[in-house]
Amino acid sequence: MTKNIAIRNGRVIDPANDLDKVTDLFISEGKIAAIGQAPEGFTVDREIDATNLIVSPGLIDLCAHLREPGYTRKGSIASETAAAAAGGVTTLCMPPITKPIADNSAVIDLIEDRAKQAGNARVLPMGALTQGLKGEQLSPMYALSKAGCIGFTNVREPIRSSLTLVRCLEYAATHDLLVIFQPQDAELADGGTMHDDTTCTRLGLSGIPESAETIEVARCLLLIEQTGVKAHFGQLSCERSVKMVMDARTRGLRVTADIAIQNLLLTDENVSGFDPNFHLIPPLRSQLDRAGLRHALLADGFQAICSDHQPHELAAKQAPFAATEPGMTGLETLLPLSLMLVQQELISLPQMIEKLTSGPASVLGTGLGTLGTGRSADICIFDPEQEWTLTEENHRSAGSNTPFLNFPLKGQVCFTLLEGNVVFQLA
Amino acid sequence: MFEQKDPNLIQLNSAGQLKHFLTTEGLSRELLTEILDTADSFVDMSAQQVKKVPLLRGKTVVNLFFEASTRTASTFELAAKRLSADVLNLNIKTSSTSKGETLKDTLMTMEAMHSDMFVVRHSDSGAAHYIASQVTPHVAVINAGDGRHAHPTQAMLDMLTIRQHKGSFEPLKVAIVGDILHSRVARSQIHALRTLGAAEIRVIAPTTLLPRHIEALGVKVYTDMNQGLKDIDVVMMLRLQKERMQSALLPSESEFYRLYGLTEEKLKLTHPDSIVMHPGPINRGVEIETSVADGPKSLILKQVTNGIAVRMAVMSMSMSGQMTEYQAEKEGE
Repeated sequence: MTKNIAIRNGRVIDPANDLDKVTDLFISEGKIAAIGQAPEGFTVDREIDATNLIVSPGLIDLCAHLREPGYTRKGSIASETAAAAAGGVTTLCMPPITKPIADNSAVIDLIEDRAKQAGNARVLPMGALTQGLKGEQLSPMYALSKAGCIGFTNVREPIRSSLTLVRCLEYAATHDLLVIFQPQDAELADGGTMHDDTTCTRLGLSGIPESAETIEVARCLLLIEQTGVKAHFGQLSCERSVKMVMDARTRGLRVTADIAIQNLLLTDENVSGFDPNFHLIPPLRSQLDRAGLRHALLADGFQAICSDHQPHELAAKQAPFAATEPGMTGLETLLPLSLMLVQQELISLPQMIEKLTSGPASVLGTGLGTLGTGRSADICIFDPEQEWTLTEENHRSAGSNTPFLNFPLKGQVCFTLLEGNVVFQLA
Repeated sequence: MFEQKDPNLIQLNSAGQLKHFLTTEGLSRELLTEILDTADSFVDMSAQQVKKVPLLRGKTVVNLFFEASTRTASTFELAAKRLSADVLNLNIKTSSTSKGETLKDTLMTMEAMHSDMFVVRHSDSGAAHYIASQVTPHVAVINAGDGRHAHPTQAMLDMLTIRQHKGSFEPLKVAIVGDILHSRVARSQIHALRTLGAAEIRVIAPTTLLPRHIEALGVKVYTDMNQGLKDIDVVMMLRLQKERMQSALLPSESEFYRLYGLTEEKLKLTHPDSIVMHPGPINRGVEIETSVADGPKSLILKQVTNGIAVRMAVMSMSMSGQMTEYQAEKEGE
């Protein structure tokens, strides 16, 4: 634990400190001790040769479903945090869709205990905004925040009464707590399984129109403005939603947003063969939406890219498209998929790393996501050129439900360090 | 980013012959014409005293109906029997809430009985494609209707009926009227009519019953039936489900009838030699006037007769496509 580690000769990229150079990095007692020159009297217990590798802060994933407690047939905190470590993710936020729902401190305690036992990644639970996610009564947000909740969300469960929503936001604002929206109008999206457009029409599936997201974004933004609460929008899928959030920021509202990497890469046309691996909520949208989201990436229109990791057991995806459960696994592919944006010359490598480290850290308001001296030594060391494939044999998540299984990926994690401990090392 | 294989290629064997029949989309004009020609030969046969041929002798056909059906199920049964197959009918009514055996388990059970062909109706769009992707090799799958996606045998029996009365598709203006949004029949009709070369395809419905960007399928959209019926050669009506009134898609049956019901009056707007079709069962006084349904232009009962012939055609062709593939694979070993 108190080992001194020297990471030699890597290209150290720390967007928070505008750092990008080939140098050495020193870790002591789980913290970043120095970059460049070893601190005085530093004795090296372990050396990691990072020649030709990138040394970045550990990745922060703002949305990963770990399935425990309650859905351990799909995954467990141990299995999914192991997947996170293999993917270079050192911190992840977990939505409150557990059984029982994370609306009381006991559930939060259990999650934190299991995460600590596993020791693979820092798990930051989100608490339920309303009791049982029913959209009726306030959850004990203050107590939950003291128990360790990083923010509060009703996920995609509706809060139909705008009055109830206002009160949730006012109460959260009272304690300056972060509220996270995964905006979707329940009625407009009811029964929908994909983006409502040409492909949907051709396949005869029920559509989720753009308005299902944008209406809820608009309603939430108006109430955020009214209450002054600090808010974050997770996994926006429509160009128009991102624009509205950008506008609100310009007007001075404390709002941030993230996009799931799959929405930056894929479109609704990928569904055309009824492959249940493309059954995602929020759905893959049109080419125009994807272009809009990519444009927003350049314009700094959102702060983070997330995986929206949702592992499933095999049976959940073995059915006709609409009868399957939505979601894909993503922790192990977050980095190589994000690197595609660099390979496609949309953004630079430091810009990409920012969206996976200091960007999401700024949303959470924690001191994570940077390699500054004295900060927690959460580090991802990866080879951006290494090609590999995720297969049925090598995946660590309990789920293998991703369209990127057996797909040629570029960019592989070599080491992951959490608080100075090596939690993953490529065999 | 992903190589987008045409998902409908799953219907064809390596020689390009039919081995499943899941959708009319993506099939060539030659293949659709072959289905119609084959069906025509069965129409003649059905009129004879001995109505059976041994094309599926020794084969087991399982009718897997997860959704209620009377005429489709019975014409498939009759078609299989006329091809000399052994037929097993299974009505497995499921709802999304009833947690029973999964579709995959049902399939595996049926396969263990050494079935050679599944005729499937299911409420989920894509169910037939899913089943075709899961069955053991050389078992044929025929789609008898999946969700709102496809009902290819209905579309092909409609095409057969049109061809019998109009000869060729090229000069035809065709209107499909009613609940396009929820209709697998309309989608399959549109793909078939386009491939067979119909001059113009119109869909006529209120906006609440039109799927988004339906014009991308190659149709013209009309919300005014009087305009839409002008000079039309073939009127294809669709069934209106009662549930549509409850889900705020329509104000009332009577208002729908007034605007989109096919009456004698509206029929006058069509071409003098126009024909009228309906997949049944019909709602008299909701989507069609009784005198039109029973009138000289109506081919509704003819469609039912043709349904047996078309189903015999796709069943025999698919089984033959599976056999050809099986033999080719055996020789290759």
